Amino acid sequence: MTIRDANWVLSAGTFLPIAGVVALLAVPRANERAVKLVALATAVATAALAVLALAWFDHGAAGTMQFVAQVDWIPVIKSTYFIGVDGISLPLYVLCAIVTLLVVVYSLDHVPSPGNPKAFFALLLVLQTGMAGTFIAQDLILFFVFFEVVLLPMYFLIGVWGGEQRQYASLKFFLFTMFGSALMLVGFLSLFFKTGAESFAIPYLVAEGAGIARTAQLWIFAGMFVGFAVKVPMFPFHTWLPDAHTQAPTQGSVILAAILLKLGTYGFVRIAIPVLPDAARAWAPWIGGLAVVGIIYGALGCLAQTDMKRLIAFSSVAHMGFVMLGISTLTSFGLNAAVFGMVAHGLITGMLFFLAGSVKERYHTLEISRLGGMLTQVPRLGWILGFCAMASLGLPGLAGFWGEFPAILSTYRPLEGLDTGLYRAYMVIAALGTVFAAAYLLWLYQRTAFGTPRDGGGAAAVGHDAHGHAGTALADVNRYEWIAWTPLLVAILAFGVAPNLLFRLVDPAVTAVLGAFGG
Amino acid sequence: MTTLAWSPPVVDYHGLAPEIVVAVGLCVVLLVDLFVAERGKWVLSILTSTTLLAALLPVLTLALSDDAVREMFDGRYVVDRFSLVTKGLFLVAAYVVVLLSSAHVEEGDYWRGEWWFLLLSSVLGMLMMTSSRDLVSVFVALEFLSIPAYMLAAWRKRDPRSNEAGVKYFLLGVFASAVLLYGMSLVYGVTGSTLLADIGARVRAEGDLAAVEVLAITFVVVGFAFKVSAVPFHTWAPDTYEGAPTPITAFLSVASKAAGFVALLTLLLVAFPGAPAAWEPFVWVLSALTMTVGNVLALRQRNVVRLIAYSSVSQGGFVLMPLAVAGSQGDAALRAVVTYLLAYAATNLGVFAIVLAVSRRTGSGDVGSFAGLFSWAPALGVLMTIFLASLAGIPPLGGWIGKFAAFQALLGAGTPWAYALAVVGAVNTAVAFGYYGSLMREIWMRPAPAEGVPAAPTPPSLSLALGLTAVATLVFGVLPGTVLRLADLATFAGALGS
Repeated sequence: MTIRDANWVLSAGTFLPIAGVVALLAVPRANERAVKLVALATAVATAALAVLALAWFDHGAAGTMQFVAQVDWIPVIKSTYFIGVDGISLPLYVLCAIVTLLVVVYSLDHVPSPGNPKAFFALLLVLQTGMAGTFIAQDLILFFVFFEVVLLPMYFLIGVWGGEQRQYASLKFFLFTMFGSALMLVGFLSLFFKTGAESFAIPYLVAEGAGIARTAQLWIFAGMFVGFAVKVPMFPFHTWLPDAHTQAPTQGSVILAAILLKLGTYGFVRIAIPVLPDAARAWAPWIGGLAVVGIIYGALGCLAQTDMKRLIAFSSVAHMGFVMLGISTLTSFGLNAAVFGMVAHGLITGMLFFLAGSVKERYHTLEISRLGGMLTQVPRLGWILGFCAMASLGLPGLAGFWGEFPAILSTYRPLEGLDTGLYRAYMVIAALGTVFAAAYLLWLYQRTAFGTPRDGGGAAAVGHDAHGHAGTALADVNRYEWIAWTPLLVAILAFGVAPNLLFRLVDPAVTAVLGAFGG
Repeated sequence: MTTLAWSPPVVDYHGLAPEIVVAVGLCVVLLVDLFVAERGKWVLSILTSTTLLAALLPVLTLALSDDAVREMFDGRYVVDRFSLVTKGLFLVAAYVVVLLSSAHVEEGDYWRGEWWFLLLSSVLGMLMMTSSRDLVSVFVALEFLSIPAYMLAAWRKRDPRSNEAGVKYFLLGVFASAVLLYGMSLVYGVTGSTLLADIGARVRAEGDLAAVEVLAITFVVVGFAFKVSAVPFHTWAPDTYEGAPTPITAFLSVASKAAGFVALLTLLLVAFPGAPAAWEPFVWVLSALTMTVGNVLALRQRNVVRLIAYSSVSQGGFVLMPLAVAGSQGDAALRAVVTYLLAYAATNLGVFAIVLAVSRRTGSGDVGSFAGLFSWAPALGVLMTIFLASLAGIPPLGGWIGKFAAFQALLGAGTPWAYALAVVGAVNTAVAFGYYGSLMREIWMRPAPAEGVPAAPTPPSLSLALGLTAVATLVFGVLPGTVLRLADLATFAGALGS
């Protein structure tokens, strides 16, 4: 066996967390130290396997599926356990292992009320399996199963460990996603029958899908569109997102923003577009339109928020709008931007939600009007917030820029056959969106970090630093936070300075995906 | 009138062995009941479960034997793969019901001997149903399985709710039987035969359907629609489920319902496959109504058993879904229904096991009695979550493969009506989570009652039932090949003219 045949690395990396959960079940609930140790060990090992996959990946051939494994799973319905990664899925796969690890590290010191770390970590690990599996699945049924596995853990994370309105928010999250995925399954099955009921393997469907009659393609695409668009979320399916994000515990928000939303956009890139090229072409202007509506709507929503976490949530709607706009051009330029945007948004918004969690912990509020003067009270936290706000608004030199700017640029020349005039209009509107983004983020930063500390926020919190020690000053970034955040901050900077680290990997894969469009 | 020479029918004792074992077992139970003292009655539950497991043995040997099909009495009684798979389902489901009942019956104020006797009688009716290929034997089997169930539903004699349950079930059941019988008499009048295979050949051969044929088929379908509690013939189900002793509710909602579907499958696929135009649209409407109305009503329930009752009404709608295209997709529909029934049986019996275990401690059937279940009984909480998620159709749990198979069979037809029903089903899948999720919310997100919950150990039989159903639910979901293979075996002898 040569090292390139090491396809066990993906399966091991995906299912190791389940083994961790089984181990957790054996640990008594009262022994929190052991619970945390098992969870941390599992997360570290999982992340190590993901990094190993990254190292063993043949970077020269990022356009082809690697670590491919195909094993019989449900022969009766012609579905197989078929996995592999290419340049699009690998970054997302690695991202989700790393983010889960960082979330676990962060949680060592921050298990949200009402406690019970055993259940909390078990759910985080199940979530990791679902997310990682979605990115490596090369079979629609397998994809669907992993896609759904994610739902319940997130439902419980929000519903049990969330804020005041957690029960409402978690149910809303679940119903929206369930509705979308049920229609998506109908779409998958129609696709299966229309391609001759031979196989659910994505490469097979890519080869056969273009032959489906146009009307059928349009309907099947519509089914998948609802499933993926709810997850992204695209306007007008986004209403679950602000509630879910606001109510979720910090860890839930981070994972939701960093990984879960990407499942939707990834579905478009991996499945909907390459399998149904005609439908994609027909739907693209509509997707682009909804994307720019999302950009503007999200930005306006941000300007209207008084709650820091809710503001970040709405900014997600806007940022995912840029990703979808890039996808809607159906060009390799646009898709490159979109995949970069996914990773960048994952890093930056994940980081922002971490910060929101830490702010909440120190100030006991996220009301922007009651915050202020972070730079004088907790300067390090304040500076990190500033850094992330800059990254989020798309400052050149940081990761956010390379997701946003090329996405806008790509609309200048969409795929041949799409209405150039329309796309240029989108370009103008999207560019306006970046101005709004600068406005709401800088305004947020100004109100929270500058000025002098307010009475209602900081003063009330004096005496409760992150460790609950008595003291007169708020504690700045603590050890666990540094460990959890540094990798994200470094990655934001690294991808900003050297975007080619990622583009080099993504570009060949995107070209392969767009094969159906004749280049 | 010439005298026909009488020749004795050929009886294939191996083929009839499961029925014979159960028949002997129920006589033994009845006799032993007469001679054991009150405190020794626990032996009856052992006898009952032994009978059921013993009957499973010939089912296995028959499945392994080379003869794929054994016909008796001129093809009126057939042991084929379909009947073996469903016999296995009924025996195992009944075994789990015995596990659910034993502690319940010992502790309750019940007549114990008759309980086990009636349960076995009903199971015998179900076994007969799987093999019946004649209008008369279908009807006899139906009554055989129903009449003991009417009595069992009213078993809590001093509880007016239980009486109500029994009477409602009985009256509507008898009414349905009458409608069914009327339909069957019309079928016989038109075709001149009671043998399903003959009916199938004639209904097919005559080309355009006469109005009386359509009427006959419709009445037959209505008769079974009561049995499977399809909307608008479901009205008995919630009251009966709520009032009946909980193990009997489990039995009705799983085994009895499955028996109704088995009969419906037999009639549609063996007797009426040539006339899909007469029943496909009707089944389409039944399916869409059943899942939607069942769901909407379930959303409003505050009593756990009523909630599960409406949920099982709605699940019935999903089982009907593939039948709406069974004219063109007979094989796929058959597989889908069997798959669904297997997965649903495992999951729903598990739900009832939890309901029993929880009500032993809280003494309440209110949804609120599940509050904080995860904190005061983590194992029950997690298992209930698994069962509910399975019912909601979330992979990788058993329920999803049932839903998947149903959607697959439906979409295989590729007609606009099939797509429309699939969309209705998809929307309902999401709506259903509204109430499954609300139960999960009680379990996980609500505080446990401040005064605490009385401790009561879960009896070993109940734990065994929980273990069996949970393992089946997980295995069916993670390795769907297992359940799909069973369903794949379930081919009808003589169905669809093959």
